[in-house]
Amino acid sequence: MRLLLGSLFALAVAAVVGLGATYLALTRGAAFGALSIGSWTAWPKTGTVDADPYAQASIARTGQLPIALGDGVSFTAQADDHGKLLDGRCDVVLSGVTPAARFWTLSLYNIDGELVANSVNRYGFTSQEIVRHVDGSFEIVVAPRANPGNWLPTGGVEQYALVLRFYDTAVGVSTKAGREVPMPSVDTRSCP
Amino acid sequence: MIRWLLLFFGGALLGGIVHLATVIIMPRTATQDAYSRLARIAPVNTVTALPAPTPQSASMPFMDPAFATAVCRYDLSQGPLKLTVPVSLAYTSVSFYTRYDVAYYAINDRAAGRRVIELDLMTVEQHSQMPEDEDITAADRLIVESPTLTGLIAIRALAPEPGLLSMAQSAIDTAQCRRQDEPKLSR
Repeated sequence: MRLLLGSLFALAVAAVVGLGATYLALTRGAAFGALSIGSWTAWPKTGTVDADPYAQASIARTGQLPIALGDGVSFTAQADDHGKLLDGRCDVVLSGVTPAARFWTLSLYNIDGELVANSVNRYGFTSQEIVRHVDGSFEIVVAPRANPGNWLPTGGVEQYALVLRFYDTAVGVSTKAGREVPMPSVDTRSCP
Repeated sequence: MIRWLLLFFGGALLGGIVHLATVIIMPRTATQDAYSRLARIAPVNTVTALPAPTPQSASMPFMDPAFATAVCRYDLSQGPLKLTVPVSLAYTSVSFYTRYDVAYYAINDRAAGRRVIELDLMTVEQHSQMPEDEDITAADRLIVESPTLTGLIAIRALAPEPGLLSMAQSAIDTAQCRRQDEPKLSR
């Protein structure tokens, strides 16, 4: 009886620990080789044959096709530079410059990876659409209400993610986070 | 007390094995991964244009709304495939994925350096069976080796402005992927 009870206990611990760790690893998007610059994170290795089992499992779980490294690299931000989660009811300002790339696109998704409905049917920007300052830097306002300049509507969703994709770029596996890769800052300006 | 502690640690150790096993098995058992989602709408060895993602519906999560996308779900068991993709006005890329959605090769319009990206896709065995002289005469042919018999090719063309999306779509609409021994389709 004690043996049965003991093995049942051990198996229950195994199930909770094992499945719990898998669930946590896949929902948090854990994978090796993350490249974090400011509030932006990319996993350049996920777009290669060297993708580790964790990266492969989270690709399979979300159902997305990762950007191949020869095509480009994709950076995601879910929080601003102070660690505050991006809130669609707030005004968030992206400002600065980007690393060299032939094209880049910025898109806004809810946490399930779906586009967010809004009145102007604008889901993102490409590098060619952006209005820039004289020195080449830009400012994008991500806000629920219309703003002058580069306005990306949030549709008022509670939480969202910004994805900045660089196409035909040298940013990749060998890139070290640092001064040579300038990424725009993410700053929450005002919240209701 | 010590007995339960030991059982707990034994269970935790076993849990570690369970964790690693589930992570490794995950891609093989997933029913909602990109390949399975596209298998429902894309026939084998044909280029299928995907509808532009909208908030209501998208073929896959995290699709880039600035791109027109088409996929070719391939099966090389009958022989190698030939892929031709005309280059659109801004940026065109072709990415190759295995059955388990791992990207193994990508090329863009500038790397291809022509107005049409032309590629031959075959398995490693099919490549090694190719007659050698043919390999030499076709030195400018790009040959891609697929690590798996089935997989996905994603053809993507950028619309730098939303108004140009239809132009990008029509550019990749003429892309073709077909078996090499099949006669050329007349347009």
